[in-house]
Amino acid sequence: MERAEGETPRIGVFVCHCGINIGGVVNVPKVVEYAKTLPNVVYAEDNLYTCSSEGLSKIKEGIGKYNLNRVVVASCTPRTHEPLFRATCEEAGVNKYLFEMANIREHCSWAHMHEPEKATEKAKDIIRIAVAKARLIQPQKEPEIDVTPSALVIGGGVAGMTAALSLAEQGFRVHIIEKEPELGGMLRHLHKLYPTMQDASDALNQIIKAVGSNESIEVLTSTTIKEVKGFIGNFEATVQKVNGEATNLKVGTIIVATGADIFEPIGMHGYKEYGNVITQLQLEQLLKDGQLKKWERVIMIQCVGSREEKGRTYCSRICCMTALKNAVLIKELFPDTEVYILFRDLQTYGGRYEDYHRMAQDRGIKFIKYLQEKPPTVVSAENGKLTVNVYHALLREQVTISGDLVVLSTPLTQHEDAKELSQFLKVPLGSDGFFFEAHVKLRPIDFATDGIFVCGTAHSPKDTAESVSQALGVASRAAIPMAVKRLRTEAITAMVNENLCSGCGTCVKLCPYGAIEKDAKGVARVTEVMCKGCGVCGASCPEKAISMCHFTDEQVVAQALAALGRLIA
Amino acid sequence: MESEKAVLVVGGGIAGIQASLDLAGRGLKVYLVESSPSIGGRMAQLDKTFPTMDCSMCILAPKMIECFRHPNITLLTYSEVQEVSGKAGNFSVKVLKKPRFIDETRCTGCGECAQHCPIEVYNEFDMKLGIRKAIYVPFPQAVPLKYTIDDEHCIKCKLCQKTCRAEAVDFNQQPQIISLSVQAIIAATGYELFDVQRLSEYGYGRYKNVLVSLEFERLLSASGPTGGHLLRLSDGRIPRRIAFFQCVGSRSLKGGVSFCSSACCVYATKEAILVREHVPKCEVYIFYNDLKVFGKGFQEFVTRAKDDWGIKYIRALPGEVIEDSKTGDLTLWYEDTIENLTKDMDVDLVVLCPALVPRVASKELASVIGLELDENGFFKSKDPLFAPVDTNVPGVFTCGYCQGPKDIPESVAQASGAAARAAEVIALGAGREAH
Repeated sequence: MERAEGETPRIGVFVCHCGINIGGVVNVPKVVEYAKTLPNVVYAEDNLYTCSSEGLSKIKEGIGKYNLNRVVVASCTPRTHEPLFRATCEEAGVNKYLFEMANIREHCSWAHMHEPEKATEKAKDIIRIAVAKARLIQPQKEPEIDVTPSALVIGGGVAGMTAALSLAEQGFRVHIIEKEPELGGMLRHLHKLYPTMQDASDALNQIIKAVGSNESIEVLTSTTIKEVKGFIGNFEATVQKVNGEATNLKVGTIIVATGADIFEPIGMHGYKEYGNVITQLQLEQLLKDGQLKKWERVIMIQCVGSREEKGRTYCSRICCMTALKNAVLIKELFPDTEVYILFRDLQTYGGRYEDYHRMAQDRGIKFIKYLQEKPPTVVSAENGKLTVNVYHALLREQVTISGDLVVLSTPLTQHEDAKELSQFLKVPLGSDGFFFEAHVKLRPIDFATDGIFVCGTAHSPKDTAESVSQALGVASRAAIPMAVKRLRTEAITAMVNENLCSGCGTCVKLCPYGAIEKDAKGVARVTEVMCKGCGVCGASCPEKAISMCHFTDEQVVAQALAALGRLIA
Repeated sequence: MESEKAVLVVGGGIAGIQASLDLAGRGLKVYLVESSPSIGGRMAQLDKTFPTMDCSMCILAPKMIECFRHPNITLLTYSEVQEVSGKAGNFSVKVLKKPRFIDETRCTGCGECAQHCPIEVYNEFDMKLGIRKAIYVPFPQAVPLKYTIDDEHCIKCKLCQKTCRAEAVDFNQQPQIISLSVQAIIAATGYELFDVQRLSEYGYGRYKNVLVSLEFERLLSASGPTGGHLLRLSDGRIPRRIAFFQCVGSRSLKGGVSFCSSACCVYATKEAILVREHVPKCEVYIFYNDLKVFGKGFQEFVTRAKDDWGIKYIRALPGEVIEDSKTGDLTLWYEDTIENLTKDMDVDLVVLCPALVPRVASKELASVIGLELDENGFFKSKDPLFAPVDTNVPGVFTCGYCQGPKDIPESVAQASGAAARAAEVIALGAGREAH
């Protein structure tokens, strides 16, 4: 049975040594003795690792033995360990919101490792503050939501289609919307795919056919997003055809697979100034159409508009291999054509691309390393040829190459309209313009907003294999809530006192999650499942009409007073 | 309904962990098999992670514990897959559970036993720079937190048995065969380091102050053998100049592997920044060939390393390292290919960034299941572009470094991908082949 409101707080404090991380600095037994003296604390103990299975069973034991109805763990950061301790409390019959964490590692032992005595005093302070709050916290009930078992995939390129196919095979309905009149995305413009040299069109056609024949997938082409409302499990997207026809889609999850654009190097290296200066993508098209002429010499320049000092600082990942592949294709067509690749650092990574590089060298493709501070220049010569001047970094001398065709390798960039989409979905873009994931390392294809995911080049430049891996990845991530069917969401949300709300709308404008709107009465209303409890609304409400569950003014003031040494018994 | 269906995940590193959590999270049963006593894999050994400098264990540990606690996940640590038969949707698997000589249901992880154990052994987790006992957990945050007796070094004095209040020590424990029935299998066996002793010119193994990067990572780590103090192992001195060598045994046609390990340029940059954090006066040089900065945020990370942290990058593959046998100091010879000059440099420490190669376990698992490996020993994808996580055996998938060089986020994303494909097999029903 859950322990409920109104009971006198009976607090248990568990102080973690964290091996030597805390215990090596803070005098933990002393801190435990101090904790026992705090009001409403009926039990305190120390653990080598409170988060270990042994430590967790100690918490459960304590709850049972001392009839605890509040638990404080003094250890590390709630960012990583709070869910674990909360779940432990829950298993022992204590509502998980009756748990409070005191960080005596990051905030204390690590920061003051050379001052053990002062650190011990500070640990006592931190625990006193946590106890002050623990005395006032209340059990909370988490809202439950049903999940619509269908997904919206935005973007019908290889990433979007792969994700859709996998989700469909897993038993979910999928809507793909594609802004172009046909499916395929970037792959439609490509000729051969490295390193296998598969024909892009053949591969694409197979996937498009599989999508078309899958009854669980509905495709809407020439269609864009107009509005997205709702939250995980219950999104409502309004999508619109070019002809103005709008449709409402109810989906449980959303996948962003909008792909990328290619940078157009206007004003660089004679592009659009001299006829035979083209981009790598234009070369790809010439090869695809069989329109490439037999030239005496082709010169490719890498990192045009990427890895810049300011602006597009990122490496576009795919350009080196794309250049190598197209150089090899040119050599296959015209063995006598000389191909130069002017590069900064050749991004031939992973299991296969180094071998590809060696193969290209064997085919006679010439590589010249240039330096960022001494980039190549292209000038038009009188005989109709192009002259490329470049400082050869390894020969340490300026060389001049006369060529017929100059090919510029330009980076993938974010679409112009990505900003709008990011606002519709309330998901962020990074400083490079690409969609920004929830956690760079361990949540690479999730957004911080629940129920929305990202894959393919919308996330960052990547090649087909990498896009497909990520697309399959989101097909798992999005499937989880849809397979579970019912979710609980965090109860730490904003609460509006309707009697105080003046309907000024400040909170509506400021809420980064779009969780607040004005209802028919003109007062703010919080959609609990969308609220992340960030507190922006509460802090800015001029009428003090908004308070935060689990972070009420009363609780925060009690903590502040405790910090000053005033703990009212 | 789905809860009766099960997937076998082989390998308890970050890829195996992520695949397991995804599958368990959607209600499928998972058997996670790990050959060492704890899950966590390579990521557990790292101090920080690039390019965000997150504390590795701090972000990994919650996932490890989630695996332990998840009702749908059965952890089979200190175990190996011995036999696999059947086909997609209906595999029979035999797992060998090696004896820990500890009753896992009784051991509380208190560590009393290890305090009394008289035998000290070099600790694999610390790359043998630190010491553990013959009864041990590989690291304090191990999951499960259950002790293991290292049969090879144990002298059977039985002090541990006498001190264990939980009566968990059981010297009669026998190897156990566990039979499982699963619908799909995911191989996530990770990587190991190329044996740099094969490149004798760098003196690894002969010179105390020549380390490999994973050893150096432990040396930087607060949980490592020096408590995070950056010291030379030969004399305990704080280093004043450190050199990192890239491509040691990788991108090489002689005596190494031909591929690029993908992560070294950036993790060396991370370790270099950590050096400057630990010892601001220590000079750091990274000897590289091509700076591989292709990942999200990598170029910006390297730029910060140069501009804000003063890390120096030199384009060269050093030819030789020579030790001054009296001082332990090192001199390295290199040809700076930008300045086109042959030079030498005196340094206190050399950190070799070796090729990261597929584990021997990959080969063993491949022969047990009948999986094809590519010429470098990575699990061969059914289609490298469009079916990267599929293998030649339907119903068996692969993810993480064992499928090809990749970093942590790529491994995590691909692990989810393998989970999706495994879930497809289950959704399609037993016996039917996945598309």
